[in-house]
Amino acid sequence: MPLLKCKDLTLGYENIVLAEHLDLEVNQGEYWCIVGENGTGKSTLMKNILGLRKPLAGTIEYGDGLVKNEIGYLPQQTQVQRDFPASVSEVVISGFQGKTGLRPFYNKQEKEEAFRNMEKLGIKDLAGRCYRELSGGQQQRVLLARALCATGKILLLDEPVTGLDPKVTEELYDTIKKLNSEDHITIIMISHDLEATRKYASHILHFGAEIRKEVVARG
Amino acid sequence: MGNVFNTLSTYLQYDFVQYALIVGVLISLCASILGVTLVLKRFSFIGDGLSHVAFGAMAIATVVSIIFENLEMTGAAKFLRENTMVITMPMTVICAILILGSSRFSKIRGDAAVAMISVSALAIGYLLMNIFPSSSNVTGDVCSTLFGSALILTLSKLEVVVCIVASIVVVCLFIFFYNKIFSVTFDGDFARATGTRADTYNLIIAVIIAIIVVLAMNLVGSLLISALVVFPALSAMRVFKSFKSVTICAAVISVICSLMGMLVSIVVGTPAGSTIVAADITAFLLFSLIGKVTGRAA
Repeated sequence: MPLLKCKDLTLGYENIVLAEHLDLEVNQGEYWCIVGENGTGKSTLMKNILGLRKPLAGTIEYGDGLVKNEIGYLPQQTQVQRDFPASVSEVVISGFQGKTGLRPFYNKQEKEEAFRNMEKLGIKDLAGRCYRELSGGQQQRVLLARALCATGKILLLDEPVTGLDPKVTEELYDTIKKLNSEDHITIIMISHDLEATRKYASHILHFGAEIRKEVVARG
Repeated sequence: MGNVFNTLSTYLQYDFVQYALIVGVLISLCASILGVTLVLKRFSFIGDGLSHVAFGAMAIATVVSIIFENLEMTGAAKFLRENTMVITMPMTVICAILILGSSRFSKIRGDAAVAMISVSALAIGYLLMNIFPSSSNVTGDVCSTLFGSALILTLSKLEVVVCIVASIVVVCLFIFFYNKIFSVTFDGDFARATGTRADTYNLIIAVIIAIIVVLAMNLVGSLLISALVVFPALSAMRVFKSFKSVTICAAVISVICSLMGMLVSIVVGTPAGSTIVAADITAFLLFSLIGKVTGRAA
């Protein structure tokens, strides 16, 4: 049973159809990149998978023990976050929110787990710092740590390296690769960076006039 | 100086002054803790919009009480005139839900919806007050509803009790949902994607705001409510950096400012609402300065 199975999806919003007849199976441990022009349905697909929006047609099934609130998500930065007064640890631990149900506070186990995730991403020293004062690369690591709190299985990333300089971009890609190969976390990433896509991904989904799937051969 | 304290201690012996102080502190506490969320969610104006709705609802309550009087139901009319909250509270809550709901589901955008509903309520409220004047001094009535000049000192016992209970409920809800409010405010999409019921919490936030607005009308009047919501949060954000510290600081600033404002207004005889807001403005300037000096402001 694949982790994620999309059957005959129609992507779009309201009256506009962006893509039709999309079938997709994602298995545990794979590294998918979604590439293509703007406005071809990449983000819509991601929103459908996350359950933020319903697909126009078709079904999305989670399998292999994956539950809806176990999907980690690294969204694009929003305007709100740029001047939000929040400490790094507050942001990271909020990743557990979907799992707390009606329980008002985080328990000890969650606090420790959040700390481990910060350690893993090398932002342990920033725990008390203010999120909005961090550099772009550090902010992405914070959001990545938050996503890890939400999941140990699958991460969806929406153009994670936008606006980062080449060195920081490279480091972030390495970190994501490590999560994939060492922690066996499945990755689905929207990207504009074809070169990096070829270097890291195991599968590529091309959006355009037609949707094409490609398995990247590793030498 | 001794004179000032004498005046104060004389006034503080009166029931209605004590009521006013208690209610004032509680309302400003509630308004400020939610203010942080509202400012960050870009909903600063919802307080303003809802306060106009509450103003319209107040006018309707007056009209209904006159109708009761004409029907010779004097008891009901009197009750309604003294406890306008019975009508203003549910109406404001409904409008809050409409405004916040509309920003997600309808074609009219959030800020436009706020503007539309608030001016409609303001216009209809004023219209009603003129068509069915409850006293010979309509302008005075309108002015005190808008600026809360005398209202705070004419609270009925029931209103004080309602106010205390509602404040406790608001504070408890806020503490209970604190972490959820944080994650919904910081990143609604992430919260929704990872299984938090963001829409439910947004609804809860809307209802709480409506309750606070209705309560705050008594204190500062409907025009100045936004100040209670927005200023403490903005002041705290000049200096503090985490959500928790900003929230706590906003609450402290707000309580101190409204206490100071009310005491000054009692001694000097200025209108309570605008004095409180003046205190909030002073605090904001002070915190901006501290932020600049310590270089912590973003």
